[in-house]
Amino acid sequence: MSNTGMRKFKNLVALSLSTLAAALGLFWLIFILGDVVVHGIGALNLNLFLNDPSPPGFGGGGLRNAFVGHIMITFFATLLGVPVGLLGGTFLAEYVRGKRFAMIISTLSDIMVSTPSIVIGTFIYAVLVKPLGHFSGWAGAIALAIIMIPVVLRTTEDMLTLVPWSLREAAFALGAPRYKVIISVVYRGAAAGIFTGVLLSMARVMGETAPLLFTSFNNSFFSTNMNEPISSLTVTIFQYAMGPYDDWHSQAWAASLIMTLLILAITIIGRLVIRWRYPGK
Amino acid sequence: MAVPVKKHPVDVTFYLFTAGASLSVLAFTVGILYVLLSESSLAIERFGILDFITSTEWNPVTESFGAATTLFGTAVTTVLSLVFAVPIAIGVAIFVTEIAPNFLKGPIGAAIELLAAIPSIIYGMWGLFTLAPIMSEYIEPALQGTVGRLPLIGILFEGTPMGIDLLTASLILSIMIIPFTASISRDAFNLTPAVVKESAYGLGATKWEVIRSVILPYSKLGIFGGVILSLGRAIGETMAVAFVLGNNHQITTSLYDAAATITVTLANEFTEADTDIYLSSLFYLALLLFVLSFIVLAAAKLFVIRAERRFAR
Repeated sequence: MSNTGMRKFKNLVALSLSTLAAALGLFWLIFILGDVVVHGIGALNLNLFLNDPSPPGFGGGGLRNAFVGHIMITFFATLLGVPVGLLGGTFLAEYVRGKRFAMIISTLSDIMVSTPSIVIGTFIYAVLVKPLGHFSGWAGAIALAIIMIPVVLRTTEDMLTLVPWSLREAAFALGAPRYKVIISVVYRGAAAGIFTGVLLSMARVMGETAPLLFTSFNNSFFSTNMNEPISSLTVTIFQYAMGPYDDWHSQAWAASLIMTLLILAITIIGRLVIRWRYPGK
Repeated sequence: MAVPVKKHPVDVTFYLFTAGASLSVLAFTVGILYVLLSESSLAIERFGILDFITSTEWNPVTESFGAATTLFGTAVTTVLSLVFAVPIAIGVAIFVTEIAPNFLKGPIGAAIELLAAIPSIIYGMWGLFTLAPIMSEYIEPALQGTVGRLPLIGILFEGTPMGIDLLTASLILSIMIIPFTASISRDAFNLTPAVVKESAYGLGATKWEVIRSVILPYSKLGIFGGVILSLGRAIGETMAVAFVLGNNHQITTSLYDAAATITVTLANEFTEADTDIYLSSLFYLALLLFVLSFIVLAAAKLFVIRAERRFAR
């Protein structure tokens, strides 16, 4: 084969392999999502949302306790985590932008975003569960909040940085104090981005299991008391999937389907909003 | 960036609140390290550092604990998942930046990034109920019949293919980390100046030659950062492997054996630990995991920052 022919051949092989790699990535995505849909859709019914778990084999049981518990834990985690992350990101972008301190906290946040979430679980176990002597919904919510803080902090910092500095100067020129400039001008300018960031961070913690295993634990009864162990969808899925009953397995699939669709929907909407608002990013 | 100096009382309060909030990240990092250290002090005193890391013992009955088996499981699954994932991820990045027609670039890149949005427990469920049976029935026997017959490598594929083993766990992990490596590699590829690429094309280079001789050398620092970031992710992944690894504390030569990682051990045994030394040893494992992943992630961050600094001017 001539030299040019060889080069063309190599080119073809390499490009085909890359295309194959992309196809493989898509294949996994479709395989996993399709599998969740196929297994989950048959197990979906109204009982799942309206009833609490019944003893295995009796049928008709649902996961009302897990749905409610999951919503409560996520809600309180958001309530605790978002303000801290938002204010922290504000400090980095507005007061110390470009300074060494901002770089250190920002890098540390990036590291903490990827820190194993199970480690956060053991930390909260040591700080909140062991001293109090019992698992609690609060412990779970706080564990998730700690995971949320660096995520929200980094998106806030990025979004505020995108607001043009001249906008702030215009407000300063009108004599507005700094906090007012930040709240009524800068936040307003970055609102869509920050809101999306918060949504994405909620989607992230909604799928967390590991930090809840030894904090909010599980509860097979309906409970809205955050001072007690409280059920969550993810921990219930783990328990049910590992359990021996077919009933449990199909309920775990149904719960997985709902959770996956919800999280993917939020993620996709979030990404679209960011693309629409910040075309360059 | 001129800023008015006049201090309003609310201004000072707002400043202090935001400063405090930003310090919380630092406080949590130091707090986690301190708490894990103090909780594991009992085990550190009893087993030391080097002895704990090298001991293969993990026996709650005789109360003697070592981390070697779990470190082995973590190392094997992590390294193997990188071996599976990195070539695929780089292929994906090449496809998305250089090959795909423009209207497909965005959607395909976004679709593959969705792999990162699927909760890890879903990977675990899918792995246990769908992938593990496929592995044990088709793929693992097929591997045994082919590469398993080779000398030396064959030892990796010995035993009964059960599907609940190191190979399946590593495969699931690899699927989870593809999007991380792929998206950072893609960003790194995009940092290559268009002029340099165009000059190479101008000399008559084929697409692959441009990728291999121009884009890859330009972006190797960034790719390396992406690989290390994925490594950090893989070390700390819990639920996806908890289902399919079997939590069996052993060091084996075969990929068809069950094993345990630090994360799987924590997930399975933390609430069962009935003695102080048992719990303390588990905290010790958590401490090792935290320090290990922190170092890896910090290194990854360093590479990515250096890559961006070099070319983003």
